[in-house]
Amino acid sequence: MERPLTQHIHSDGTTRTLREYVKTGGYRCLQRLSSGLAPKDLQRLVTDAGLRGRGGGGFLTGTKWSFVPMGADAPKPKYIVANGDEMEPGTFKDRVLMEGDSHGLVEGMILAGYAIDAEVGYIFLRGEYHLSAQRLTEAIAEAYAAGYLGKPLPGTKFRFDLHLHASAGRYICGEETALINALEGKRAVPRAKPPFPQTVGLWGKPTVVQNVETLYNIPHIVNKGSDWYHRLSRTQDGGTKIYGISGRVANPGWWELPLGTTAREVLERYAGGMADGIRFRGLLPGGISTAFMTEEHLDLPLDFSSIPPEVGRLGTATMIVLDDHTCPVGFVLNLEKFFARESCGWCTPCREGLPWVAKLLMSFEEGRATKDDLSLLEMHTKWLAPGHTFCGLAPGAMAPLQSALKYFRDDFEQHISLGRCPWSNKPARLKVLV
Amino acid sequence: MLSDTERRELEDAVEHYPDKRGATIDALLTIQRRRGWISDDTLLEIAKFLEITVEDVDSVATFYNLVFRKPVGRHVAFVCDSISCWIKGCEQVQEQIKTLYQADLGQTSPDGRLTVLPIACLGQCERAPALMIDQDVYGNVTPEKIEQIVEKYK
Repeated sequence: MERPLTQHIHSDGTTRTLREYVKTGGYRCLQRLSSGLAPKDLQRLVTDAGLRGRGGGGFLTGTKWSFVPMGADAPKPKYIVANGDEMEPGTFKDRVLMEGDSHGLVEGMILAGYAIDAEVGYIFLRGEYHLSAQRLTEAIAEAYAAGYLGKPLPGTKFRFDLHLHASAGRYICGEETALINALEGKRAVPRAKPPFPQTVGLWGKPTVVQNVETLYNIPHIVNKGSDWYHRLSRTQDGGTKIYGISGRVANPGWWELPLGTTAREVLERYAGGMADGIRFRGLLPGGISTAFMTEEHLDLPLDFSSIPPEVGRLGTATMIVLDDHTCPVGFVLNLEKFFARESCGWCTPCREGLPWVAKLLMSFEEGRATKDDLSLLEMHTKWLAPGHTFCGLAPGAMAPLQSALKYFRDDFEQHISLGRCPWSNKPARLKVLV
Repeated sequence: MLSDTERRELEDAVEHYPDKRGATIDALLTIQRRRGWISDDTLLEIAKFLEITVEDVDSVATFYNLVFRKPVGRHVAFVCDSISCWIKGCEQVQEQIKTLYQADLGQTSPDGRLTVLPIACLGQCERAPALMIDQDVYGNVTPEKIEQIVEKYK
């Protein structure tokens, strides 16, 4: 089984230098640019490969590039941005790549820049990833010194500059238009779409924002072609995927596997099943903005097309497992507190709705909730549904809540009837009737 | 007044953007590394340097988790309280810190050594619960290990 993205990452966690990277074929594909691979050829190659965005959206990379104005009349400069603001709880795949093989991101950025004829790139990195920042800074400096950055690539007129932007910790910056505001030094609230960033983005210029893992795929597609890339995968979309798992499993971790691997395989074969004495109840397939999957969904291929919309979506493919020793209501309360805290406050439904949801869930945990509160929670999943808010944060926050109300309804009701959390050893609250 | 070193660092940061304002976050983090936190006076100095209003700088400064608009202790402990760490007992970790250093979330220990803050998922989920002190990350933290970890930060 091939693992193009992660096969060279050192198991002891040490850095990979430019010399090592080049020795294993790194930066070799830049020669193909000088031997006549035009930007439109690169776009077609990536489209044929079926590369889809690995940040959770699953948008086709080639299609995303095709919206960028090209040619002599196109606005200048254009920008390419790596979205390394990995703050989705439960998600740690981009960190693995950036710490383990920083030059892969630099090379991916150069190629993506070439594909849309962008002169400047930014790596937007979350502020807490200090080790990634250090290694990317070193990699960028090495790439400048070696002439891959900052001067025309041999045989072409293409010159690319790359900067690292370390952010200061705010979940909403992962939303591409909020990220653009953040890079411009403004308060990072999302922008209205359209216009889309591909035509009007950073400082009003065409901009493509792409997830870190997506960019790591591009050099391999250029080196080995789209047929090879499709063969890596078990489904219609190409490539491998970094799957991860956390929670009370025997062996939490990450593995680069064919796209379309099932949750059961990751859980049982790679993570060694649940920890001793712990039983599986459900999982969030990719970060906390995805809906719960239960036992009946474990054999669905985890990719961008096999999960029915009524079940959910893949998200980032780093799973979080809910077990029988953990209260599902407390679990969802933790998620909603996160969303309430990280809401940027720009639109009212999200700013006011999410704290309300968190308070309602708290009332379940404290044994104060009534049947009305259950309906109120359900109404919020509709009030904060897609189309009711400015961006996707609140609808994302409703995905785990709505599915929890479906699959773990008995647990919510038990909190009401017992007047306490069944997982807590605190006594039931005395109900004072007035 | 910005020191010469601070000014030089800001000038380097500004180089990366077509518009000086792009360096707002870089400026806040750079100065904070030297001064510990961002006071109103610091805000004004940064605004002058970037040639934007002090309100513009503050609208950014107050937005981010890692920019401190209040003084903090000599070290900052960030306790990850997102889902994977919550499942694995981050609440016990935080309780232990509170017991040992008399600092609840958002507080600084009486000796000024440690400020304790909650933080969004640190991306260390496979070795939860995680704790970050200043820039160092610790995984698989248990209440028993806290004292030994914090020992290094005087």
